[in-house]
Amino acid sequence: MALLQIAEPGQSAAPHQHKLAAGIDLGTTNSLVATVRSGQASTLKNAAGDDMVPSVVLYQADKVVVGKAAVAAAIADPQNSIFSVKRLMGRGYAETVAQAQQLPYLFVDQQGLVAIETAQGVKNPVEVSAEILATLADTASQTLGGELTGVVITVPAYFDDAQRQATKDAAKLAGLNVLRLLNEPTAAALAYGLDSGQEGVVAVYDLGGGTFDISILRLKRGVFEVLATGGDSALGGDDFDHAIVQWLQQQSGEAELAHQRLRQYLQLARQIKEQLSAHDLYAFELPTANGSLALSLTREQFDSLIQPLVRKTIRACKQTLRDAGLTTAEVAKVVMVGGSTRVPLVRTAVGEFFATEPLTSIDPDKVVAVGAAIQANVLVGNKSDADTLLLDVIPLSLGLETMGGLVEKIIPRNTIIPVARAQEFTTFKDGQTAMSLHVLQGERELVDHCRSLAKFNLTDIPPMAAGGAHIRVTFQVDADGLLSVTAQEKSSGVTASIQVKPSYGLSDDQVATMIQSSMQYAKQDMQQRLLREQQVEASRVWEAVSAAIAADAHLLGAAELLEIEQALSTLKIVSQGNDTAAIKAAIDKTNHITDEFAARRMDNSIRQALQGHKVDEV
Amino acid sequence: MNYFQLFQVPAQFDLDLTELGTRYLELQRNFHPDNFAAASERDRLLAVQQAANINDAYHSLKQPLLRAEHLLALRGVKISHEQRSFTDTCFLMQQMELRELLGDIPHSSDPYALIDEAEQQIQQQKNSLLHQLAKALDANLHEQDLQAADIIRKLKFFFKLQHELELIEQQLQD
Repeated sequence: MALLQIAEPGQSAAPHQHKLAAGIDLGTTNSLVATVRSGQASTLKNAAGDDMVPSVVLYQADKVVVGKAAVAAAIADPQNSIFSVKRLMGRGYAETVAQAQQLPYLFVDQQGLVAIETAQGVKNPVEVSAEILATLADTASQTLGGELTGVVITVPAYFDDAQRQATKDAAKLAGLNVLRLLNEPTAAALAYGLDSGQEGVVAVYDLGGGTFDISILRLKRGVFEVLATGGDSALGGDDFDHAIVQWLQQQSGEAELAHQRLRQYLQLARQIKEQLSAHDLYAFELPTANGSLALSLTREQFDSLIQPLVRKTIRACKQTLRDAGLTTAEVAKVVMVGGSTRVPLVRTAVGEFFATEPLTSIDPDKVVAVGAAIQANVLVGNKSDADTLLLDVIPLSLGLETMGGLVEKIIPRNTIIPVARAQEFTTFKDGQTAMSLHVLQGERELVDHCRSLAKFNLTDIPPMAAGGAHIRVTFQVDADGLLSVTAQEKSSGVTASIQVKPSYGLSDDQVATMIQSSMQYAKQDMQQRLLREQQVEASRVWEAVSAAIAADAHLLGAAELLEIEQALSTLKIVSQGNDTAAIKAAIDKTNHITDEFAARRMDNSIRQALQGHKVDEV
Repeated sequence: MNYFQLFQVPAQFDLDLTELGTRYLELQRNFHPDNFAAASERDRLLAVQQAANINDAYHSLKQPLLRAEHLLALRGVKISHEQRSFTDTCFLMQQMELRELLGDIPHSSDPYALIDEAEQQIQQQKNSLLHQLAKALDANLHEQDLQAADIIRKLKFFFKLQHELELIEQQLQD
């Protein structure tokens, strides 16, 4: 019913009120928050004067510390200072333990998900990320002097459904209203303002601390169309550090590194990497079991340590270009994003592959947050003349498990989102009332080689003879890249209920419990928050429906109009009270009564959208 | 849903893709969920569904085979891929020969020459079938529509061969 907002996006109920919105780059190594003020997007500094906040959370018995102070404590308390938690988002316990032996944490199996034992008990990656998000949101609301209406959070384009959902859950836990999950490369393209008059194909090479993304976009008159995206959600600057640590360990002769020593070497490795990005040689002291060693590393040695990793990113570039159906000659510009693109070998390799000098004019550490802020400002409704359209794609194919452990693809990778695809299933037993679906994400043919997303159990199928029931299952991926599934029996029209068991994620109930049990929300706060949420939703519905009536009352019969107006006045009265359940009921009722009206308006406005087009053409 | 109606373009096989693209962007500019970030939950859901429909419609009209199938579906003709077997022995022979040619590529001393040859053959056959398809669909008569369905099934084999050829070429390059 927000169709009025489509036509005139500026005409909301309070057109002059500037809403506070922020863009958050939740990075592996560093996180940033940015906003648009007086038309300019820039990153925000915290009380200590920093805009880059290390994505590190320290759990002490009596408090939680985020950022620089947590880094400082890391050597003394490695097990309680959580670094690079982004790499653990949406990941299982078994796979993490198998891959992350180097990390100094006490991993815990939380119903298949990975979590970490800390001084404040078991914390999962969603909770750790929520601490970082809350810190950044705090910086923003303090700087801007008010509560944030909404935020845009960036994720690597290559993040799968579980990783995206985990990010959204973290925001929910931090009490933030997520306007959109935005892919990092798309945010970077926005920040470069590549829409301003520039047209053509752009490649965004994004090498962060823990993730690598390559996206190929076509820009045309404000449309940012992602043609293909690829990458590796577990490859980044951290791996450069680990390569250096391995070399350091060889030099030290220590067969195994204790946690503290490992943390020490990791910090030294980071320093070496940074120094060798500016200089050809770096000399340093390496602490060892018997004192210390005076060592030096040359740029050339460093290059050969990381060469295999860089080559891996170039291979991904090649594949993604192929997916886009393009050659390097057709790529007009290459944008560099992420702190790891400061490494000279990376720049040379990318420049050579695309045969063009990569763009680095915006700080590669800040460009993503700036882009997110620009989009947040548009989404929250501050910029009514925004003429950008972001068309993103799904990075990895979605499929279903079929007989013999094979995967049948339903939505192939690089399909433009939102997308909905339906598939029909039938029962194979008389009177069968339930069935189970296993959804996977990935490009390989075998179930074992793809990533398990969730198992869906369909129940309440009307009992019929075998093969009699035809269940139409619709897989829908929204603009955030998140999957939802609905099912309907075709002949009876009965909607089958679905229970979702995420393979590497939290169920809605678990998230709700986490919110309730988190220290930040005492029981009363929690109820206040739920009430507030319903009131906000109620006012959205009231505004939207009122605007719709004002614009399109001619689509309604007199009786229909009367019924809607009554529902609206009830909604208004109820929403001023503090009965959360009653508000929700009034919202549901209003929605139900206006469903048909909304559908009519949608059809009507599709016709109008194109009619306007025809008039323009003539 | 009639995709041609949605984009207000003529319901025919021969389509102006530039015009289709313009209409598509026009609709997405209005219905992309980003326009509904501040809307109520129900409206946001509606917008996602609408935008998904528009994407699906565009996807179907952009590609000649899907467009032809959609056109036939609107005329009440189903393709029924699996049920019907081919009686055209000439076509089957041709397919077998092409498959053999593809199979030979990795073992050849000059694989790229074979790739070029296969590509040319596939392209030629494909174009000729696409031409026939356009003609059959233009007639807009039931008899010709059934022929068109047959041609679509044949074309699928060529598209598949082309895809396999691309994979072979990629493997060679890697």
